[in-house]
Amino acid sequence: MVSVSILQSGANVSVQLGIIVAYLLLTLAVGLVAYRLTDRTAEDYYLASRTLGTVVLLFTTFATLLSAFTFFAGPNIAYGLGPEWILVMGLMDGIIFAVLWYVVGYRQWLIGKEYGHVTLGEMLGDRFGSVRLRATVALVSLFWLFPYVMLQQVGAGDALSALTDGAVPYWAGAGLITVFMILYVALSGMRGVAWTDTIQGLFMLTMVWAALLWVLSDVGGVGAATGALAENKPEFLALGGGAYSVPWMLSNAIGIAFGVAMFPQVNQRFFVARSEKVLKRTLALWPVVVVLLFVPAFMLGAWAAGLGVPMPESGNILPGVLTEFTPGWFAALVIAGAMAAMMSSSDSMLLSGSSYFTRDIYRPFLNADASERREDLIARVGVAAFATLAFVASLFNPPSLYVIGDTAFGGFAQLALPVIVALYWRRTTRTGMYAGVLGSQLFYMVTTLTPAAGNSTTLGPLTIPGVMESFAGWSSSVVGMVVGLVLVVAVSLATAQAKAERPAVVMGPGADD
Amino acid sequence: MASRTKSYLWGAVFAVLMALAIPWFLWGNDTVVAGFPVWLWWHIGWMGVAAVTFAAFARDGWGVWMDGWSA
Repeated sequence: MVSVSILQSGANVSVQLGIIVAYLLLTLAVGLVAYRLTDRTAEDYYLASRTLGTVVLLFTTFATLLSAFTFFAGPNIAYGLGPEWILVMGLMDGIIFAVLWYVVGYRQWLIGKEYGHVTLGEMLGDRFGSVRLRATVALVSLFWLFPYVMLQQVGAGDALSALTDGAVPYWAGAGLITVFMILYVALSGMRGVAWTDTIQGLFMLTMVWAALLWVLSDVGGVGAATGALAENKPEFLALGGGAYSVPWMLSNAIGIAFGVAMFPQVNQRFFVARSEKVLKRTLALWPVVVVLLFVPAFMLGAWAAGLGVPMPESGNILPGVLTEFTPGWFAALVIAGAMAAMMSSSDSMLLSGSSYFTRDIYRPFLNADASERREDLIARVGVAAFATLAFVASLFNPPSLYVIGDTAFGGFAQLALPVIVALYWRRTTRTGMYAGVLGSQLFYMVTTLTPAAGNSTTLGPLTIPGVMESFAGWSSSVVGMVVGLVLVVAVSLATAQAKAERPAVVMGPGADD
Repeated sequence: MASRTKSYLWGAVFAVLMALAIPWFLWGNDTVVAGFPVWLWWHIGWMGVAAVTFAAFARDGWGVWMDGWSA
C-alpha cells in the first residue's frame, strides 16, 4: 500500500508542478497582454478605467474572494459539522452580499464615477473633508489586510512544500510565488488580475462539477452517497443541531457578508463596472453562481464524512475525497487549481493594498503634487513592497499575525455600518464617523484579540485578562457592528458638521440641499 | 407606483428573501427527497427565486433609495 501511494504521489507531483507552471505562464501571458492595453495612469492601473463587463466583474469578484475558501475551508466545515454550511454561505453570499452589492456597491459606483474616487477612504475623505479620516480608513483596512495576505502566502508555500514532499522548502515555494505575483500584478494591474480571475473562476466551476460527477458515479449516485450519510452520520441530515445554532449561523452569514463588502479587493470592485447594466446583470447572477459552486463543493465534504473518508494529513478533506475516488491526475488537477486560486486571491489583495497606501497615505501626506505617471509608478512599487513585506513576515511565523489574519473578516465588517450610514444619512458628522469606525474596531479587537474569558496571557511585564468573545451565542463581530452603528448615529446627532464637510458628495446631484 | 411605496415594497421583498434563505420552519427535519435533505431543496429553490427577484428588481426597482442620484 505504502509503495503504491508513494508511486502515485510521485506521478502526482510532476502533474501538479506541471499544472502550476502552466498556470503561472498563462497568468504572465495574460499580464503582458493587459500591460500593452494599459494607460500609464493610476485609475487605469487600479480600476481598468471602470470598464469591466458582466462576466469578468462577476468572476473576478467571485474568484478573488471565495476561491481558496470554497476549495478547502468550506468542505472541511461540512465534513466536520454537517452540510448546513451551504445554507450559511448561500444566505451570506447569495442574498445578503447581493443586497449589499446594490446598497453599498451601486451607490459607491455612482459616486466614484462622478468624482473619480479609486478607494473607499478617498470617497469618505472627500465627503467628510478630511484627509485624516481617509488615512484612518486606509490604515484600519491595511491592518487587517496585511496579515491576511501573509496567510495566503503561507498557504501557497505550505502547499508547494507538501506537494514536493519538502524538496521545495517553504521559503522557496512562498518566495517563488511572491516573485511571480509581483511580476504580473506590477505589470498588468486590475485588467490583468480580472482576466486571470475569470479564467480561474470558470476553471474552478468546471472542476467542482467534474469532481462531483466523478465521485457520485463511483459511489453509485446521489442516493447512495446520502444513504451512507444517513447510516453513519444521521445527525448531519437534520437541519441544525451540533454547532449549528440559530445565532451561530446568522452571526457567520451576517458578519462575513458585511466583512466581504469592506475587504479592499472586493470594495474596490464596486468602482469598476462599465455600466449600470453590468451591475444589474451581476446582481441577478449572484445567487445562481453561489448555488452552482457551493452545493457540489460542500456536499462532497459532507458525503466524505458519511463514506468514512479519513481526513488527510494536509488537514483538507477535498483532496482526501478526490484521492479516494478519482484517478491521481484528476485529483492533482483540482488541487493545483485550488493553489492557483489562492494566488488569484492574493494578487487582488496586493493591488488593492497598494492602492490604499498610495492613494490614501502617500499622496495626501507624503507627496501631494505627484503626477499621474509618478503615482502609477509608486503604485507598482507599492505592490512589490507590500508583497515582499508580507513574505518576510511569513518567514518569522509570528503567531499574533496569524490571529489577526484569521479574524480579518470581522475586522472589516466593523467598517460596514458606519460606511452605509455615511453613504445614506446626510446628518452624519466627521466626529460621528471617527466614533463609529474607531469605537467598533476597539470593541472588536478587545473581544477578539485577547484570550477567551477566564484565561489570561502575559505580554512582557503585562498580564492580559481574557474578555468574553460571544454574547448569548452571537459573535463579537456582529455585536461590534451594532456598537459601531449606535456610535456613529449617536455621536453624529450630538455633534455638528465641520465646515469642510460635503454631504452633497454622497447624496447625489439631484438631492435637495 | 409612487417611489416611496416602491422603496418600502422592495425593502420588504429583500427582507423576506433574507429571512427565508434558511428554512427555519424545517429545523430538525431530516427527510430526504431525491438524494438531498428537503431543507437543501428549499434552499436551492429559494436561490432561484432570489435570482428571478433580483432580475425583476433590476428592471423595475433599480434606483430606489438612491436619493439625488436617481433624480
